[in-house]
Amino acid sequence: MENAIAVKFDRVCQILEQHQRDPHKLIPILQEIQEEYQYLPEEIMTFVSTALGLSTSQVYGVATFYSHFTLSPKGKYVVKVCDGTACHVKKSTSLIDAIAEELGLSSSGKTTEDLLFTLETVACLGACGLAPAIVINEQVYGHMTPESTVQLIKEIKAKEAQI
Amino acid sequence: MKKAYITVDGIHVPIEGEKNLLEVIRKANIELPTFCYHSEISVYGACRMCMVDIEGRGLQPSCSTSAADGMVVKTNTKEIRNLRKMIVELMLAHHDQNCTTCPKSGECRLQEIAQQLGVSKVRFKQIHDFAPLDDSSDAIVRDPSKCVLCGDCVRVCNEIQSVGVLDFAQRGFSSTVVASFDKPFGTVECVNCGQCIKVCPVGALSPKSQIDGVWEAIHDPKKKVVVQIAPAVRVSLGEYFGYKPGAATSGQIITALRMLGFDQIYDTAFAADLTVLQEGDEFLERYLKGQNLPQFTSCCPAWVKFAEQYYPDMLPNLSTCKSPQQMFGSLCKDQLTKILDIEREDLVVVSIMPCTAKKYEAKRPEFFEGDNPDVDFVLTTKELSLMIKEQGIEFEKLEPGSYDMPFGFKTGAGVIFGNSGGVSEAVLRYAAAKLNHGKMLDVRELRGPESTRVAEISIGDVSLRLGIVSGLANARRLIDKVRSGEENFDLIEVMACCGGCINGGGQPTSSDQEHLSKRAKGLQDQDKMLQFHSSQENPYLQELMREDLTEEKAHELLHTFYQNRKRITLDDIMIRRPEQEAELSIKICLGTSCFLRGAQTLYSQLTDYITQNGLDEVTEISASFCNELCQKGPVVTINGKILEHCTFERAVQELKKVKSFAH
Repeated sequence: MENAIAVKFDRVCQILEQHQRDPHKLIPILQEIQEEYQYLPEEIMTFVSTALGLSTSQVYGVATFYSHFTLSPKGKYVVKVCDGTACHVKKSTSLIDAIAEELGLSSSGKTTEDLLFTLETVACLGACGLAPAIVINEQVYGHMTPESTVQLIKEIKAKEAQI
Repeated sequence: MKKAYITVDGIHVPIEGEKNLLEVIRKANIELPTFCYHSEISVYGACRMCMVDIEGRGLQPSCSTSAADGMVVKTNTKEIRNLRKMIVELMLAHHDQNCTTCPKSGECRLQEIAQQLGVSKVRFKQIHDFAPLDDSSDAIVRDPSKCVLCGDCVRVCNEIQSVGVLDFAQRGFSSTVVASFDKPFGTVECVNCGQCIKVCPVGALSPKSQIDGVWEAIHDPKKKVVVQIAPAVRVSLGEYFGYKPGAATSGQIITALRMLGFDQIYDTAFAADLTVLQEGDEFLERYLKGQNLPQFTSCCPAWVKFAEQYYPDMLPNLSTCKSPQQMFGSLCKDQLTKILDIEREDLVVVSIMPCTAKKYEAKRPEFFEGDNPDVDFVLTTKELSLMIKEQGIEFEKLEPGSYDMPFGFKTGAGVIFGNSGGVSEAVLRYAAAKLNHGKMLDVRELRGPESTRVAEISIGDVSLRLGIVSGLANARRLIDKVRSGEENFDLIEVMACCGGCINGGGQPTSSDQEHLSKRAKGLQDQDKMLQFHSSQENPYLQELMREDLTEEKAHELLHTFYQNRKRITLDDIMIRRPEQEAELSIKICLGTSCFLRGAQTLYSQLTDYITQNGLDEVTEISASFCNELCQKGPVVTINGKILEHCTFERAVQELKKVKSFAH
């Protein structure tokens, strides 16, 4: 975790400078910081509030208001399983169970310890024709089965193992 | 020019510069229900209770709508009545309705409005669990199960106090008002002033009660329980018993305290007189030496914590005098234990304060001897009223009583401490005598309802410039001017609550300016009626100074110290750590003070320098969020050596030195 914060601190300073430390630009600043870290670390949000002259509670308020922002670290691959009506009737829950089992995630944990995967459920991806559908980062996969989903995860794991 | 009018329920009402429609409607003697409207903070328009029907525009919230000539407004239609009831029902659906045990019962706006609107049943069910109660703070209890999300506390903390501890978090059903990162209240920047309690319409924020502890001490036959009463309490406690604001009820309070079982009844104003002498001497010494000016007063514990958090570079300018409450406490525990021949543990000192921050102050570790505090319990004005009611005392029928000696005797100077400007006036009266310029009374330049006042006072050939400020946002503005050199003062009196202690967080909740002026006048009248008006004239104090308080002893008992309080209480963060062991270690303070002095630029310059010189592999860089050297920022530590007022050149010089040793 320490190093995750480490390397990117320079970028935070740059981002703040690019936005002239303007408190009105809090949202774009947080967005760019989240791009760097994949989430908003508490230390960094506190630093941002000092730099912008805002109270930390204001920054926290904004960060928790928008569902775009996340305060806990996410994996390199964010797997979103659609559990909207169409996907649900096509047994999307079996996909969720299969992924959780493959990744060794408990009911409370959403991110693997190696920070490679995060499992999320979303209400509707708008891809009902492909139900049940999942999205990994920006890529959509349709007509999934537990087997094909696990296969997909395994492929990513293999690819990552090579790096 | 023709006067502008609106029509409210058929009544013509002139517009006379009111900031919104709601204020104009009030002139028609119609009080619209509101939760989130307070004239002294910004308009928020959240609660929607003040909706009115404006002809041609439909339903509009009157608090956030400007009045315009010719407007025809209805405040009482079927639609509006239904709407208001519905809002109250929805609030009640997510509100812990255990009213009988709620600290706000009887003063609760939700209770009052629900009754007023005839809400007899709630049609909606509670669908979410309540977040747990937070009693981690020494002064303030936060109960989210009562919160109606009006945002009054958020705005008062941000706008009036410029602290901004609380804000809304989450959204929709999950919306809550919390401190940053949902941290416990006792661990955040809260200065405990309690102004949030004063504006909270419900029981979501309340003073942390110490009533039970006081009863226990009173009922313990081994304990001697002495009590001190702060000046502001005597002109406001009566409000709980039907007296008008400002009515001095000292006599009844004393009798009531005796009936409650307190052994000795003393006056904090005695200790205030002592504060004047100590702080006056300190000021004159600094003034003559030209050191650490302006001197800031230190009576207000909310201000002290504020300074420790946001102005650590100004701490040497704070008077080292303890506040009157704490002077009283240490004096009692020192003197009374001898006079009464009892152990320190068996002497219980209780204070009655208009203030919630005093609860926090009494718990500061420097005001303890071992496990035993100088002040054992702090009750707010409200808590005392509750004890009096609990005992069944008919307050308004009581015969007045008188204070016990010696610590019950005071001069008028000690009494006016409760008003903003009072401490300054008291110190000036003393300074005038000390500089042999006779009596100086009634320094009216120092008084007034404005929250920031500047006075230039001449005592003989000495000319003093005084700043008097109340409300911490006002204090911040004034101090920033002092920091930048735009303003210059000899003495600055800061009170965290607007108007001073009479408007403290432990007082009756009205912060109406008229009420405050009456309380202020109540204290000024008391000053006039007392025999002495300058602290040095207090005969009991003179005796104490002569017999018991050597200079050394006074210093030990009556003075204190301050500490920087990191605003960012986090560990250092490691920014770069090389694979092998680092030869160079650079730690940069990025805390608030250092940040303002350019630490971030310095950080960028240094990291660039490291990279350009190919030192990435051997350098470890970390950031700390306070090195406790705020006056000397920016602070950079290179291989353990602390560089104060560090510049890029200075840091490079040090890096070169260390690097050449390493090779």
